[in-house]
Amino acid sequence: MEVNELEKKGTVVEKITTKSMPYEAFKDNEYIEKLVEELRANGTNVIVGAFDKLINWGRSNSIWPLTFATSCCGIEFVSLGAARFDMARFGWEVARASPRQADFMMVAGTIVNRMVPVFRRLYDQLAEPKYVIACGSCAISGGPFRKSYHVAKGIEEIVPVDVFVPGCPPRPEAMIYGIMQLSRKIKVEKFFGGVNRQENREEYLKAHPIEEQN
Amino acid sequence: MANIQDKIANLFPEATFEEGEFLLINIPDEKLHSLAKTLRDDEELAFDYLVTIVGMDWTDSLGCVYYLTSTKHNTHISIKVSTTDRENPTITSVADLWKIACIYEREVYDFFGIIFIGNPDMRRLFLNIDWKGFPLRKDYDTNPELNPVSIENERQSDDTYNYTRDENGNIVKNVTKVFNENDFVVNIGPQHPATHGVLRFRTAVDGEIVKKIDVYMGYIHRGVEKLCEGLTYPQTLHYMDRLDYFSAHNYHHGLCLCIEKAAGIQVSRRVEVIRVLMDELSRIASHCLFIGTYCMDLGATTMLFYTLRVREQILDIMEKTCGARMTFNYSCIGGVMQDLHPDFVNDVKALLAVIPANIKEYNTLFTGNVITKDRLEGVGVLSREDAISYGVTGPSGRASGWACDVRKTDPYSIYSELDFEEVLATEGDSMARFKCRVEESTQSAHIIEQLIDNIPEGEILAKVPKVLKLPEGHWFQLVEGCRGVFGVYIESKGTTSPYRLKIVPPCLNLASVVDHITEGSKIADLITIGGSLDYIVPDMDR
Repeated sequence: MEVNELEKKGTVVEKITTKSMPYEAFKDNEYIEKLVEELRANGTNVIVGAFDKLINWGRSNSIWPLTFATSCCGIEFVSLGAARFDMARFGWEVARASPRQADFMMVAGTIVNRMVPVFRRLYDQLAEPKYVIACGSCAISGGPFRKSYHVAKGIEEIVPVDVFVPGCPPRPEAMIYGIMQLSRKIKVEKFFGGVNRQENREEYLKAHPIEEQN
Repeated sequence: MANIQDKIANLFPEATFEEGEFLLINIPDEKLHSLAKTLRDDEELAFDYLVTIVGMDWTDSLGCVYYLTSTKHNTHISIKVSTTDRENPTITSVADLWKIACIYEREVYDFFGIIFIGNPDMRRLFLNIDWKGFPLRKDYDTNPELNPVSIENERQSDDTYNYTRDENGNIVKNVTKVFNENDFVVNIGPQHPATHGVLRFRTAVDGEIVKKIDVYMGYIHRGVEKLCEGLTYPQTLHYMDRLDYFSAHNYHHGLCLCIEKAAGIQVSRRVEVIRVLMDELSRIASHCLFIGTYCMDLGATTMLFYTLRVREQILDIMEKTCGARMTFNYSCIGGVMQDLHPDFVNDVKALLAVIPANIKEYNTLFTGNVITKDRLEGVGVLSREDAISYGVTGPSGRASGWACDVRKTDPYSIYSELDFEEVLATEGDSMARFKCRVEESTQSAHIIEQLIDNIPEGEILAKVPKVLKLPEGHWFQLVEGCRGVFGVYIESKGTTSPYRLKIVPPCLNLASVVDHITEGSKIADLITIGGSLDYIVPDMDR
């Protein structure tokens, strides 16, 4: 329905896909179309847009995860790295132990009260642009431990989340699908120029006084 | 048992006895330490292995139940101590008798607020130092505003406390430091690829020699025991999948056995065979992953791909029958959830055919390697006495020469009929622990071989009442997980949910012993020693 309405408006729907997956095989195309529509609301610069496409092609094909696992989901992440599921096929295999070298963190497992500050610090240490995948029901909502006295009820309260992968634990295939969704999101991002490209420093400071920042 | 009872009754006239699965001795707090000392040191008793300390809140009183085992005579006994003071409950510590008691008592203090007089390190174990309330008490206020989720760093302290009695019998609180004044402390974890999860070591080093390690737990403490108190018995089962996720079948088996014992449910022979098959399959899968990740810790990354090949094959077998790759939720009270998949027997036979070749390959690739030998042999030696005192069970304990396999010492299910060897080594070093696990996989395959052609016909689920209520009482069950002895203690008040469900995880002991066996070794060996113990952090934290 969404697609037809957009087509009626005369917008050409760009079919964002990744890793030769057919566009129709993705199950939530409405979301990505809406995102594209929002990002392109003011049009796209011909030159910068082309640069964006180029750099996003590179970025979306080599997203490096942070080695971060607290419980069961982490073991499925290990399986994902091994020969059978082989995430190296997609360019995601370079799992980094340091957050400063990673692009995204796959939050695989329960985050409990004591872990929250550590987890938040790891997120802060990730270099921009950074992404978070909430993997498994514990990371999404607290899962089977939601009623516990010592469990954070979903990591969304702590950090912004890009992709949710449900399951307890999700199968490695589901994780592949989740990371593909992330790479689709990266593909439509504006990397050069961005939203504030016409705003100069003085205008920006007028609109955002420094006292307010502090 | 009557023998022991008479002997203790003679020595301690104030003790009262309760017959049950194990003899239970009720003793007042003043006599606890001398009773414990007698039990440990007397030649005829020799209760040298403290299985667990179960903290209890009976609403009118707080207390502890100690489970002891004699490795010499293979007998079990339990001691019960209680105090009616809810404001400042105190119990005498036994930390000087069993080394693991120090950690067990810290756990009880964390959950129930019972102060152990004489324990050298009376800090909280899993929760923040500023945590309000003691969560496993029945009157705990669960209001999340009291203990909010905060992104601010938790307050840390180098202070630790111990409590002593002065000559007037008053309790004195002494403050000491965890580390010495001039120690150089390096932080390892919780985010560290070699700690196998979110475990944190505060390591005091002298150059690159490890002086002392303060193990900091609780980064994945999920409060499973408290959650279980609010659920019905069948509902509690699914948490067993998520403790030590490699021993999911074994842990399910343990809790099922405990509940079935309490409810008097008989399971069919078919169920028993299926459960043992699943236990042993998961043992092979678990040891395979251990070999892979351990070699990866040492830099042999490719080994992971070799070992995961077998693991994936086992997971396929499990998936066909149980419907999941990891959290199976397969055993249930009175039987198993689904019948075996028609392909099961053929798949398992195909697996058995490839296991010997695979293990040979692991040995060729890794075990005989010169670097492996240099890094593992003679590193992190754990003596038999210390293994018992720390309660280090499983392959890690057996590598030190302690025959602690529950499948042999207290056979459950059909293990007594099966022919298999308990793998023992005497060296007690990292290499022995590694080799024990490799050899155990072969033994597990041998067990499966005996059963796979003789799976009897029968029902897969016994008749179990829809609303399951256990009679009043308490039960304790031990099974052999992949990493050591797993125990469940259930206390029931006759309702549909447990009054107290205590999980005895093997990995808590494995992590506690790290400080002892790394002392004096190089900091790089900390990784190989920790890896060879093979602890699973969600298991120790629960």
